[in-house]
Amino acid sequence: MKILNCPLNGPRNIAEFSYGGELHRMPDPSKCESREWVEHVFFNENKAGIVTEWWYHNASSYWFLAERNTVTDEIIRTFPASDVFKERVDFSKETGEAQE
Amino acid sequence: MPFGLLKFGLSKTYPAQHQFTPASTELKKHYDVVIIGAGGHGTSIAYYLAKYHGVTNIAVLDKGYLGGGNTARNTAVIRSNYLTEEGVTFYRESVRLFQDMSNEFGFNVMMENRGQLTLAHNDAAIRSFRWRAEVNQHLGVRSELVDRQTIKELVPNLNLSETARFPIIAGLWHADGATARHDAVAWGYARGACKRGVELHQLTEVQDIEVTRGRVTAVNTNRGRVGCGSVVQAVAGASSVVGLKAGIRLPIHSFPLQAMVTQPYKPLLTPHVSSPQLHVYLHQTSRGELVIGGGSDPYPLYNTRSTLDQKEVLAAAVTELFPFLSQARIMRQWAGITDMTPDYSPVMGLSPVENYYLDAGWGTWGFKATPICGKTMAELVATGRVPEIIRPFELERFYRFEQINEAGATAASH
Ligand SMILES: Cc1cc2nc3c(=O)[nH]c(=O)nc-3n(C[C@H](O)[C@H](O)[C@H](O)COP(=O)(O)OP(=O)(O)OC[C@H]3O[C@@H](n4cnc5c(N)ncnc54)[C@H](O)[C@@H]3O)c2cc1C
Repeated sequence: MKILNCPLNGPRNIAEFSYGGELHRMPDPSKCESREWVEHVFFNENKAGIVTEWWYHNASSYWFLAERNTVTDEIIRTFPASDVFKERVDFSKETGEAQE
Repeated sequence: MPFGLLKFGLSKTYPAQHQFTPASTELKKHYDVVIIGAGGHGTSIAYYLAKYHGVTNIAVLDKGYLGGGNTARNTAVIRSNYLTEEGVTFYRESVRLFQDMSNEFGFNVMMENRGQLTLAHNDAAIRSFRWRAEVNQHLGVRSELVDRQTIKELVPNLNLSETARFPIIAGLWHADGATARHDAVAWGYARGACKRGVELHQLTEVQDIEVTRGRVTAVNTNRGRVGCGSVVQAVAGASSVVGLKAGIRLPIHSFPLQAMVTQPYKPLLTPHVSSPQLHVYLHQTSRGELVIGGGSDPYPLYNTRSTLDQKEVLAAAVTELFPFLSQARIMRQWAGITDMTPDYSPVMGLSPVENYYLDAGWGTWGFKATPICGKTMAELVATGRVPEIIRPFELERFYRFEQINEAGATAASH
């Protein structure tokens, strides 16, 4: 059994979690080119090495971040998303050109 | 010793020519075409280039050995019962080429037309099977919805109990479904290509790719620099890693896919049987072993380790379908790295680098595409024109939001 250390629930069987994709910087949807948005949505670094990515604890609906080595299958560390995101991202608020 | 044997031993043609590929030569300074990856795909591109387009100054480079990647690891399922018009048309052509492959090579690839039965355990699956059957029949592919009685006739050992966890209520029967000896496919293509002057260089890893003003000029390998007129990458589970060397990002995540085989049994199962709901599929090889596979691992990884978790999932599912398998011994297990795209369709054709071609994103389904892929990619490299049958799969489709969604027809069906 492989163990993932959840920042909220502590060490749990990795089967309790879902992989949620690479951490990418999100371009501003109202300002960026369509191609840039496509790359943000569909394209990946898919690196062989240490990556930062989203994980989700299914039972408690908790999203967090993990650093993982995609070659050795080692989870290096896990941490709450608030370590990276200092401000709340408000998707409901329209910005830039989209307002016009 | 019987005297007659001596005359064979002393004959000029003894010993027989060594297996499939000539011994490695020195790498030349330049090739018209460099193909990265000597799996079925890379070797078939070389074969069609040499045989049908007269392009023979080709090097096929592999960091390992011929057909040692996913070509050696797949479960050899060949079928064309996909869902989209683009997908069905493409895979149908591939199945047709497979049917003639032994003939084409003069070498037996053990193509077996066993048929494929996909199981429905709920109404939603029946609806999607009806849809697939309609699309398939319209395009000349043999698919039909079948009832429990027909399923019983096709697979007498299947557990059709109504008290099973997920009772089987109908099936999608695909008479064109088949299997072939996967290694033999790569060997046949490599042999045919090398006979026509193509060079196969094993233990030759592409470490770096030189791109100048939007054109690739050379690849750097552990055996030195090789100039090239054009490059094709056909590296299955390393698409992103190799693509990035040419500055190309891809819509791919790489996941391990595990499989296993049981001890041999007497012949008891003719078709390939697949259950998308249980995430398992199996068929019996001509050696009598049951080959069992399922879905990819739950998270991306560049590591072909096996896990007990995944074996438990497969075992639980397969014993539900065939209870006698609870007594089976697992003889071998393995994994390969599969490059999954968001729409479960490949990424083939042109790339942002002018003379650099992509044969990527083959996920869990690319063995069956080996011949059509070689044929069409060779045409593209030789003529510069994208064959119509692969145009829908180009990388640019993502920018137009024209994905070719084969998720339903692919997951756990291969
Ligand atoms: C367990 C499993 C079951 C599967 N079952 C099926 C199935 O039933 N039906 C089906 O259609 N498909 C199936 N697939 C998918 C199928 O195996 C692949 O899509 C297909 O084999 C890809 O062929 P290829 O020639 O592109 O890749 P490969 O055979 O993997 O060849 C790629 C080669 O590239 C080489 N390479 C990588 N990086 C470099 C580098 N930097 N330099 C030089 N060489 C490099 C590798 O060594 C390798 O030999 C399965 C896959 C797995 C893992």
